Amino acid sequence: MTDSAILDAFFEECEDLLVALSDGLEDMRDGKADSETVNAVFRSVHSIKGAAGAFSLEDLVGFAHIFETVLDEVRANRLATDDGLLRVLQRAGDILADLVDAARDDLPADRDQVDPVLKELESFLSADDLAEEEFVFEALTLDFDAPQDTTRYLVSFCPNKEFYATGNDPALIITALQELGQCEIAVDATSLPDELTSFDWDEGYLTWEISIDGQQSDLPIREIFQFVDDLCALQITEVHSSGDAFEEIIPASETEVVPPTAVIEPVQDVLATEAPPAKADRPVKKSASTLRVDPERVDRLINAVGELIINQSVISQRIDEAALPNSADLHGDLDDYKLLAREIQEGVMAIRAQPVKPLFQRMLRIAREAADATGKDVNLVTEGEATEVDKIVVERLADPLTHMIRNAIDHGIELPEVRVKSGKSAAGTLRLTASQRSGSIVIEIIDDGAGLNRDRIREIAVSKGLIPADAQLSEQEIDHLLFAPGFSTAKEVTNLSGRGVGMDVVKTAITALGGRITISSFAGQGTTFSITLPLTLAVMDGMIIHIGGQTMVVPISSILESIRPVPADLSQIGLHSHLLRIRGEFVPIVDLAQRLGIEPRATELTDRVLLLIQTESVAQCALAVDDILDQRQVVVKSMQGSYGEISGVSGATILGDGKIALIIDPDAITAAPPPETIGQRQTIKDVAHAAP
Amino acid sequence: MQPHDDPKSAKQIEFVTLVAGKQSFCIEITQIREIRRWSPVTLLPHSPNYVLGVINLRGAVIPILDLAAKLGFDAIEPTERHVIIIAAIEERIVGLLVESVSEILGVGVDMVRDTPRASEDMSTQAIQGIIPVKDDMIKIISLDALIPATLAAAA
Repeated sequence: MTDSAILDAFFEECEDLLVALSDGLEDMRDGKADSETVNAVFRSVHSIKGAAGAFSLEDLVGFAHIFETVLDEVRANRLATDDGLLRVLQRAGDILADLVDAARDDLPADRDQVDPVLKELESFLSADDLAEEEFVFEALTLDFDAPQDTTRYLVSFCPNKEFYATGNDPALIITALQELGQCEIAVDATSLPDELTSFDWDEGYLTWEISIDGQQSDLPIREIFQFVDDLCALQITEVHSSGDAFEEIIPASETEVVPPTAVIEPVQDVLATEAPPAKADRPVKKSASTLRVDPERVDRLINAVGELIINQSVISQRIDEAALPNSADLHGDLDDYKLLAREIQEGVMAIRAQPVKPLFQRMLRIAREAADATGKDVNLVTEGEATEVDKIVVERLADPLTHMIRNAIDHGIELPEVRVKSGKSAAGTLRLTASQRSGSIVIEIIDDGAGLNRDRIREIAVSKGLIPADAQLSEQEIDHLLFAPGFSTAKEVTNLSGRGVGMDVVKTAITALGGRITISSFAGQGTTFSITLPLTLAVMDGMIIHIGGQTMVVPISSILESIRPVPADLSQIGLHSHLLRIRGEFVPIVDLAQRLGIEPRATELTDRVLLLIQTESVAQCALAVDDILDQRQVVVKSMQGSYGEISGVSGATILGDGKIALIIDPDAITAAPPPETIGQRQTIKDVAHAAP
Repeated sequence: MQPHDDPKSAKQIEFVTLVAGKQSFCIEITQIREIRRWSPVTLLPHSPNYVLGVINLRGAVIPILDLAAKLGFDAIEPTERHVIIIAAIEERIVGLLVESVSEILGVGVDMVRDTPRASEDMSTQAIQGIIPVKDDMIKIISLDALIPATLAAAA
């Protein structure tokens, strides 16, 4: 391992530690500042400090040291975790993340950012704490501070006839008890009849005596029995000191099969050594076991699986063509093959899928900073953090989400005094949720602010010349003006949002991911932005079309409807351009064949099919194609690597017959005239610009 | 990069000889992945005249170039009898349509001569050396020089 490889590993580890840190601080803020959480936070900071010291990252070590010292005070209960302290701790967590980033990029730390937080941290420390500035590497002492106030419970459990008749299993109950803590289990079989003739098959004869260590109350135990407590004789006894009660009860049961002393002795041993199992009273926090894999390897696998899927459809097409007798088992086997291939595909896609949690955690910070900068009181609540999205989607969502969170806080949520006046709580709530709905991921940003000021939006749109002053717009249309390029509602440019780039950039980014964004807003109640994204970028739904003898794919997401025009629907404009009249609107028609420099098969528009599409550049537009063949999922292959970018084509896919079909990029088709190529007919005049 | 640049490192180099534009050329065998029969391609819009289209090579989208047209000769009218050479230029894979592929030619490094330079055009720039064979000579094509980094026409 080279130095840089070790350093890389360190930064990777830092990322995990920072996540743990942020999780812990979040828990503390939610009032779960128990010793375990504080310890976890402390350990994260301490580990970063230790490793940073080994690489002599002075800034990082210095800051982490002060941070850690404050946490140590909290851990020792010498500092109360009030709101003020938590706020500083969270800021410190942010700064620590910044410092790690700076160290990774080999940049100097931003002292303007660091120093104020450092001062605030120091203000919590006494002079003594600061004096021991000299810090030495020391092994982190793992504290097995035994839970003091735990007791031992003795459970006597004798299931009756109905218990067994209803399909319950004592083993499951005992296993559940074992998960609570260390158990000593003894079975009492004395009530078994002496003669087998009097043995009732259905009766429950056995009684279990279970002693459980380290419980804070009997509640968890009772919970386990809550569904069966009328089906058994149950007795739960508290045992205060070294197993006396245990000894008292067991002999009373006159166990013969298992001599009680044999059971009790080990229990006494355990108690005598006074080493209760550490933290047995709570489920052990599982550290997520993960695998670090070079993304390139995963991509290779995904490509191979994509080929497998295509190969599968080629084979099934071939077999269909071969017209084998139906009795052949081949068809069944082929179906199995298809299922397996799909299963592998899903599995591989799942590797790329990542939870949105890290993304949402970044948003927590963005929200904090935005709230601080605007003087508003905002709680960001995240939901559905475990929802998984393709890795690239997660990466590319960061900027749009940042922007929308800032917007929501800057423009959406009102100042505390305004909120109180309108009868709301002073602190605004911003909810960031992710969920999966039938093949798509839906991310929502919901604020409980004032809602969109539609009059003002309209006013601005008119003043910026985006719409004519007398335009008749529905509420929804007004809302969507927010996404118009160059629109910004901030009265003056704040340093937070409103640099004039605004929401149109957000929309472009979402659309580039194959997603959609919608707004719903109620005056006084708040605004909801919903982003709908495809589960994966590698597969998309496409309409298979024919054009000039070629097969191509148009993404379903951009198609509104397909129309077979009659002459009355069409009107000519200019020499070669036509408009389509639909529901009283005129929509420009783009001849896809002409646009791509292909000879169309049918020349009359009435012989062709028009696809009404919605794109960024043009509100609506009709693409003229020769025919529609099919609608299916296609595996997207990029052409960038092997060929380069083609105007109007976003990629390619391989159809069931093994042929390649190009995937049309409707945005590019409608946005720009095609490049002029030497030796190629110049067919385009003004079609692409015919938008109203 | 080219092993034959250094006469001491490799004594013998192997080339695949081919005919394009009725002339003999050869490509170093290490750059060739496979040789296939011509099969119909998917056309690409706005492509340069020497780009025929793309084919599906076991799931990868591979552009196919007309080698003759690229070298400035008349374009080949592809038929079943024509051959596509699948070649690798570093990471990139391209297919080259040629009239025919003849043989594998093994020559000593000392047999390779530099291209005598006169007035330069597209086809001579891409010739990195020549091998005299009997009365004729075979031109070595440098794929790196011939195939531009991006095939799509500059917009």
